[in-house]
Amino acid sequence: MSLRQNQVLPAAARKERFMTTSAIAASEVKPHRRPQEVAANSLGLLLLAAVGVWLIYELIAHPQQFASLLVIGVGNGALYALIALGYTMVYGIIELINFSHGDLFMLATVLSGIVAASWFSVDSFTFAAVGAVALALLIAIVVAATVNVAAERVAYRRLRRAPKLAPLITAVGLSFMYQWVGQRNFMSGSAPKQWSTMFGNGSFSIGSVRVPYTTLVVLAVTIPLLLVMVYLVQRTRAGKAMRAVAQDQDAARLMGIDVDRTIAFVFAVGGGLAGAAGLLYLQSVGTSNYNLGFRLGLIAFTAAVLGGIGNLQGAVLGGFLIGVLLSLNDGFLLGPHWSMTVVFTVLITLMVFKPEGILGTATTEKV
Amino acid sequence: MSTTTPTAPVVRPPAPKTSFLARFGWPLGFFAAGVLVFVFNQWILPETSTEFQNGFGSWLPMTAVNEALIWAIFALGLNIVVGYSGLLDLGYVAFWGIGGYVAGWLMAPFANQVHPSWANLSFSVWGNPLPGQERGIHINFWLVLIIAALVCAVAGVIIGAPTLRLKSDYLALVTLGFGEILPEVFRNGERVGPNGEWNITNGTKGIIGMDQIPTGPFQYIPGVPETIGTFDLNLKFIVFGLMLALAMFVSLRIREGRLGRAWLAIREDELAASMMGVPLMRIKLSAYAVGAAFGGIGGVLYATHIGGVLADRFNFSVSIILLAMVVLGGMGNVWGVTVGALLLAWINSTGLGQLGNVWNDVTGAEVNFASHNFLVFGAILVLFMLFRREGLIPEARTRQVLQEPERGEIESLGADMEGTAEDTAAEGGKK
Repeated sequence: MSLRQNQVLPAAARKERFMTTSAIAASEVKPHRRPQEVAANSLGLLLLAAVGVWLIYELIAHPQQFASLLVIGVGNGALYALIALGYTMVYGIIELINFSHGDLFMLATVLSGIVAASWFSVDSFTFAAVGAVALALLIAIVVAATVNVAAERVAYRRLRRAPKLAPLITAVGLSFMYQWVGQRNFMSGSAPKQWSTMFGNGSFSIGSVRVPYTTLVVLAVTIPLLLVMVYLVQRTRAGKAMRAVAQDQDAARLMGIDVDRTIAFVFAVGGGLAGAAGLLYLQSVGTSNYNLGFRLGLIAFTAAVLGGIGNLQGAVLGGFLIGVLLSLNDGFLLGPHWSMTVVFTVLITLMVFKPEGILGTATTEKV
Repeated sequence: MSTTTPTAPVVRPPAPKTSFLARFGWPLGFFAAGVLVFVFNQWILPETSTEFQNGFGSWLPMTAVNEALIWAIFALGLNIVVGYSGLLDLGYVAFWGIGGYVAGWLMAPFANQVHPSWANLSFSVWGNPLPGQERGIHINFWLVLIIAALVCAVAGVIIGAPTLRLKSDYLALVTLGFGEILPEVFRNGERVGPNGEWNITNGTKGIIGMDQIPTGPFQYIPGVPETIGTFDLNLKFIVFGLMLALAMFVSLRIREGRLGRAWLAIREDELAASMMGVPLMRIKLSAYAVGAAFGGIGGVLYATHIGGVLADRFNFSVSIILLAMVVLGGMGNVWGVTVGALLLAWINSTGLGQLGNVWNDVTGAEVNFASHNFLVFGAILVLFMLFRREGLIPEARTRQVLQEPERGEIESLGADMEGTAEDTAAEGGKK
């Protein structure tokens, strides 16, 4: 199902499993849990319970508002999931946090705006507009994928065997360079830019809950894409190659897999998903800013970690969870001014209590 | 035939070089450079023609020099975390902010606005408030430096604590998280607490009216005022230069000691270090604490430099610019980092704009160079990581670490026939 479920364990765990196949009995013995671990676990569960109680309280107190926030959250969550997939796939295969991924998404956002709004002046839901947006989607996907592959070819590939710090700093530098591109006047400029979109603020109502059209569009594009991704990784030859490379690059190479091409393919797919997310974001929000990718990239990264990094379903689940959590925060808790605080509190709390995420596999230190 | 094995002669490592120049060269050089800059700006520059003064002022204004000194202090602090200990910290701006707000609370009239019931608070410990701003809390600048360093050290431990169990790349993200949460707190801290009664940061309006820097016993020297005013840039230069010298001294000395060697050990191989008995948790936390303390000092200096604390200054790009300074100069090398920081800080504040003006004058183009700073800093990070990972002024030991593949990678190199891998394998063999 995922890059590293069952067959493909993270580096350390798989080494351990490999070495202890004959001594399974020994590994079955549960290690003695230290009191502070137990305390940390129960504290984590307590926090989770508190969040649950808060959710139920809000649901009972303001059911209607809760439902509309849920709709908004699911729409945003789908976008986060698309971006998170790029993070999680790249991390799954070469254990790199591709810091520039969010900014790639920003570039795609602006580019799709240029194609749809500037070239074809899309501002209403007509047949021609749908065609133009589809073209914009295609261009955004292709360009984002190309840029991501180029970054891999030029930078990350040379650093694959370097200390971990090197590719990470490179990714940060690339993120700055992408922001520079986004800052140019032909792109987004240094101030937030408004674009006309296909639906504007159009919406319909189910009962008394307002559902924006864009949410439907986002879900209509996202869900098939996610299913395609799962199919790709799980059922195709390319997916098999990806899983093999994630497990052990050298062994994969000995089996005749072109490791470089497989990794480049993963970057292409991740970039393409970011491109799709860029178009959908622009069509649903209608503004772009050169530093937008930083914020959304971090939200998406948190989503990937929440679900268990390296795990496709985890990224999707995490994306929706974070989306809903953020929109509930906007409505009920602290308000949009504090959204990054909420996201990072989630991230840090996770790091402390459950670094492997919801669906991830626990890893031990590599020796 | 005797059965006794010949005893190997005891090989003593060569005694470290302790020539006069090696021991006292750098402080003397630093001192000389500082005196030169001060004398030139204080006495020689006012005597020159107005034209020269204007030209000089636009290329190397004293504010930019002072600011560069502060950046260098931050870069040295970050160097302890990133360069010495190998822990990537992407949220160093948090400490800058904390230091700044410590100054804002303890050295400005702002404390009156924190809570309605504090409106008449007036408290002073050898404080030097600006005229007419005597209310609020005013603590002596030099005491505030110490307090800010301590507060930041504690904050560093708090930020570091949740990251200790994590692998390096997660650690970067968690520090980044704190580096984002704290500025958000600074921006939104105007109405917090029950009923929004507490104003802990004054929001985006920021805190203004910083106290002056007292000169203490030096005021008896003729020509030295009792307090250094906001616009007395040359005297401020001395203060900032002294603090930079302190930061460099601490960085250099601590590296030779037990703690510094432990940092280098965990940077190079965490596992081996812990096997040798290095207490990982404590050593990592102390790296955060010491690095953060530098940040606290720098934060206070910066608050006095611009005469206030502005929440908008604390954003992510500051952390990255600092990282670029550390990378450019040479991770782990105090000299490299200082030079890199001074250079990049100057480029960021004046150099890029001035070079742009020259370029535009010569070619008749209309390029706004200052808007390209994202490209400059991004490219520095990427190009240095690709082609010169050890920085401009590398340290032999750092170069070795950064050129060498990780443990486990070495084992699998035999299976790998890429050009880069062969190069690294050859280098590994030479060692």
